[in-house]
Amino acid sequence: MFSALLVMAAIAIALGAVLGFAAIKFHVEGNPLVEKIDAVLPQTQCGQCGYPGCKPYATAIAEGVADINLCPPGGEEGIHKLADLLGVDFKPFGGDTAPKPKAVAFIDENNCIGCTLCIQACPVDAIVGAAKQMHTIIAAECTGCELCVAPCPVDCIDMVAIEENISNWKWKYPVYPLRPAA
Amino acid sequence: MRSLFKFHGGIHPATNKAQSNHKPIAQAALPSRLVIPLHQHVGNSAKPIVKAGQHVLKGQIIGAPEGHVSSAVHAPTSGLIAAIDMQPVAHPSGIPDLCITLIPDGHDEWSAREPCADWKALSHTDLRHRLRDAGVVGLGGAVFPSDMKLYSHKHQIKTLVLNGAECEPYITCDDLLMRERAAEILQGAEIMRALLYAEEVLIGIEDNKPEAIAAMRSAVLEGRHERMEVISVPTVYPGGGAKQLIRVLTGIEVAAGVRSTNLGVQCFNVGTAYSTWRAIRHGEALISRIVTVTGHVGQPQNFEALIGTPMDELVAQAGPLPDTRGYIMGGPMMGIRLPSAEVGVIKATNCLIAMSDSLFPPALPALPCIRCTRCVDVCPAELQPQELFWFAQSKNLLKAQEYHLFDCIECGACSYVCPSNIPLVEYYRFAKSEIWAQETSKKAADAARERHEYRELRIEREKQEKADKLAAKEKAALEAKALKSAAPLPPAVEGANVSLCDAPVDADPENTMQLKIQAAIDHAKQQAAVSKPENTEHLTPQQQAEIATIEARRARIRELALSSADEHTKE
Repeated sequence: MFSALLVMAAIAIALGAVLGFAAIKFHVEGNPLVEKIDAVLPQTQCGQCGYPGCKPYATAIAEGVADINLCPPGGEEGIHKLADLLGVDFKPFGGDTAPKPKAVAFIDENNCIGCTLCIQACPVDAIVGAAKQMHTIIAAECTGCELCVAPCPVDCIDMVAIEENISNWKWKYPVYPLRPAA
Repeated sequence: MRSLFKFHGGIHPATNKAQSNHKPIAQAALPSRLVIPLHQHVGNSAKPIVKAGQHVLKGQIIGAPEGHVSSAVHAPTSGLIAAIDMQPVAHPSGIPDLCITLIPDGHDEWSAREPCADWKALSHTDLRHRLRDAGVVGLGGAVFPSDMKLYSHKHQIKTLVLNGAECEPYITCDDLLMRERAAEILQGAEIMRALLYAEEVLIGIEDNKPEAIAAMRSAVLEGRHERMEVISVPTVYPGGGAKQLIRVLTGIEVAAGVRSTNLGVQCFNVGTAYSTWRAIRHGEALISRIVTVTGHVGQPQNFEALIGTPMDELVAQAGPLPDTRGYIMGGPMMGIRLPSAEVGVIKATNCLIAMSDSLFPPALPALPCIRCTRCVDVCPAELQPQELFWFAQSKNLLKAQEYHLFDCIECGACSYVCPSNIPLVEYYRFAKSEIWAQETSKKAADAARERHEYRELRIEREKQEKADKLAAKEKAALEAKALKSAAPLPPAVEGANVSLCDAPVDADPENTMQLKIQAAIDHAKQQAAVSKPENTEHLTPQQQAEIATIEARRARIRELALSSADEHTKE
């Protein structure tokens, strides 16, 4: 009887030690869900969701504060992905939030006065320039967030939609008529 | 007799080669204009280095290779550059791309060529540079820059495979090239062999081309080429696929994600070997290629056409027939429908098929998949086409990748045998390009995230730096104030030679600081004492009088001030 108790106690202590060790060894910092959600978001950092960037929005979703249909750049596909990830139902965009075609900002260099306001607004440092020098957009790094458009005092920034070309062209989903049932 | 191996699957479509293979290669007439795309190869687009209105000579570089993987583009004949702009090109999308339009002047005048009688005297690097500058790319259809593929260490590659299988129906350009220019193909193969340090050369030709096999065999004997063998392989589509031909000739199975060079084999098309020889021996850039013009035309034939020749001008020489429905570039299995008949011939144009309703009846309506798995039986890549179809149709891209979608060579054998007429390859192409697009946007998102996080970090750091600076300033001001009020000033040091070294060494830091400050004050005083007012000599009596009155006034003020101060103290 006593030996049995002893054995059980020894096993309990040993397993407890293993669990305790594992808890320290495999400890996860922060909420891994935030990272997963952030990986799905398009990283335009545009703030159209009402949060100051993709990471804050991801955190808000993880905390259950924000809805999953607030990210227009992610498109409906993005909502589907978030729904799959979180195990919730798909939710269409509400009201006036709707995805736009992908675009990049373009500075009309004739009108730019070199005020640096757009540089300060750009969330991904995709604008080159200095005070009283002409600014220009690094098109390859521009996420199309439109945050630089509003601060420009001379309205010289336009959003230019990215057109389909040979390098970004995709094969279309095959659509063919099924034979009508006889 | 060499024992051959087999690859899985394959089909036996009607070869339709007899129409075009009985006539010799004809030189295509000089077209009225040439539309030369700058992106004809795998890799970066070539950069135009000529201007509109410029006169160029035949073989002159008009597009320079840009970056590591790229190839040069040349003027196919002498003439005037009419435009450098967006033009429709031979691409399934029909989207225009950057092209150079050349109006031939009819003189066909060569630019300075650099022929080389003894290529063995050239270094391997030099040979590769010459190939890159000559714009030599794989002519079997992949158009990969050849110089990139002709790089190897010693003892890495054992076998060089020359691909003369030409398995697709209708196409006979390699057949005719081998019949007529076998010796030059083999010379090119020798250059390739040397560059790769390969031991043997195996030339695989399908057994439906007996004339080509005979011509190549006699050329091997005549040229005294050693360890070079022409092998007749069974006619099975797609036996001309690089992996399939390597399998048949050597028995080596090139697994997914593995390069054949790691298994000791490199493969080139016979046309590429020919162009390599022309480029090295004669210094001729790749400015023309053999194109089979066949299908719904009066006189199907092979033409040696300049790159950039508009397709309709080429077809005009083969007797176009009415009720032509459109054109296919390449073979009927893997070719693409041309968006317009006016696009220029590119380096990948091996065949041009005119379509008619009788030759290519409109596709039958597709029926649901019945999972008969006939496609599995014929798939040369040993995939499960019916599963891939299922996943591609439902846009389950992750699953499609799990079923090795990217091992699919898009040969079309599955679509050919499908009893439900499902355009299977179209689904695979859709899925592949969708996955590529997703990967591109994922990469862009990752880059944006990194840049955004870096920016946040930078802003935070700048804020911190500013705050630190301010704090340091405030602290210094406070300390100075505290010192002033706490410690009485040390007695003024007399004499002129006060220097910082005079501070006692053992003094505590605060004291030292005090001394330093005092020393600085004394130094300033001394300076002031030494400096004399200027303009005090050679003064006119009038000026002296003025100075005297001013000095008197100053003395009076000083007196007044002193007396008032005395009064204050008395009070």
